[in-house]
Amino acid sequence: MTEHRQVVVVGSGPAGLTASIYAGRAQLSPLVVEGEPSSTGDQPGGQLMLTTEVENFPGFVEGIMGPELMQAFREQAARFGTDYVTAKVSRVDLASRPFGLWVGDPGAAEPTYTAEALIVATGAKALMLGVPGEERLLGYGVSTCATCDGFFFRGKEIAVVGGGDTALEEALFLTRFADSVTIIHRRGELRASKVMQQRALDHQKITFRWHSSVVEVQGDTTVSGVRVRDTRTGDEEDLAVAGLFVAIGHQPNTDLFKGQLAMEDTGYLVTTDGTRTNVEGVFACGDVQDHRYRQAITAAGSGCMAAIDAERWLEERHAGAA
Amino acid sequence: MSEKIATLTDASFDEHVRSSDVPVLVDFWAEWCGPCKMIAPVLEEIAAEQAGKLEVAKLNIDDNLDVTRRFDVMSIPTLILFKAGEPAARIVGAKGKGQLLQELSPHL
Repeated sequence: MTEHRQVVVVGSGPAGLTASIYAGRAQLSPLVVEGEPSSTGDQPGGQLMLTTEVENFPGFVEGIMGPELMQAFREQAARFGTDYVTAKVSRVDLASRPFGLWVGDPGAAEPTYTAEALIVATGAKALMLGVPGEERLLGYGVSTCATCDGFFFRGKEIAVVGGGDTALEEALFLTRFADSVTIIHRRGELRASKVMQQRALDHQKITFRWHSSVVEVQGDTTVSGVRVRDTRTGDEEDLAVAGLFVAIGHQPNTDLFKGQLAMEDTGYLVTTDGTRTNVEGVFACGDVQDHRYRQAITAAGSGCMAAIDAERWLEERHAGAA
Repeated sequence: MSEKIATLTDASFDEHVRSSDVPVLVDFWAEWCGPCKMIAPVLEEIAAEQAGKLEVAKLNIDDNLDVTRRFDVMSIPTLILFKAGEPAARIVGAKGKGQLLQELSPHL
């Protein structure tokens, strides 16, 4: 049985849930396909589910825990009539009207849901290095989630790869457990915010290994070290660490929309005139279309824009049909 | 539903997984782990639906470091399926119900 909706939102991070709050208040009774449990950033609630303290979301003077913030978003959207389904969309058909969305078997003849307007808020997930040993040792010393796995490295020496806010946040969090944290970064400067840079540079347990990239993760059953290459000279050296936390950036979750929505070479959705995609009636918000700001607050802001754009588009369409 | 999920400890673990007539899926978790909380309701559903074929049990890693270390658990959630007391399958990281069942099914 296909269920028809005026608005379906795919994704349940700050963008998707803010879009739902606004769409709900516009009495569009949105359905949110919120995703499935995961440890890489594409889970219900989005990337903030893997963080601890969020210090820069306005309104929370003392900060708030990421999962707690997302629970509040979710309940607020529910209050205005949002329905949730805990699943991943397996296929979309954006060529037909209404749009078709499949959950579960993508080969099923009929879509699970049809929607007049679609809001894409599928976000982004952690990028992996793609070097030998990384995949084999994932969960055995290689991690993408410091808050999940930091505990296991009490008294150990570990490394974090990356130079952005996420990398520094993870490194600072990991100092609670580890004896030392080496930040491996391919450049000679950080792109993280100044406040995070200062905290990391000042921290006694944190050291930096500049102009370096990881070329191999070593270890038989658990991580014993990483091979690091100097990006200027090409010299390689082994670094003995018991854990490697990967925080080198994100990739947008847009595989589902390949061939149907316009995207950049990097996979980010292209939006114009607010949150419009190249398909009329499909709007995109949050990290799936933003590799520049990538903040909870900008995602929430663009979620609001997408809901308003969708609402106006539906109104104009109905006015035209009458 | 949660009465179907046994709570294991360092003291009870060996006896429990060895004496079970069905494979035991042990969820290594902790209070502070977000993804662990995400999969808790999924595991309750699996425990209820697979009753008689599979037992689901939880082990809090904060309180039970011996078993946690013995099986080299270094990331949570980690799910290990024990058959006759021996690990038969291991799933690291939170996953959806469909994917968990798919990975478990060859062992059930």
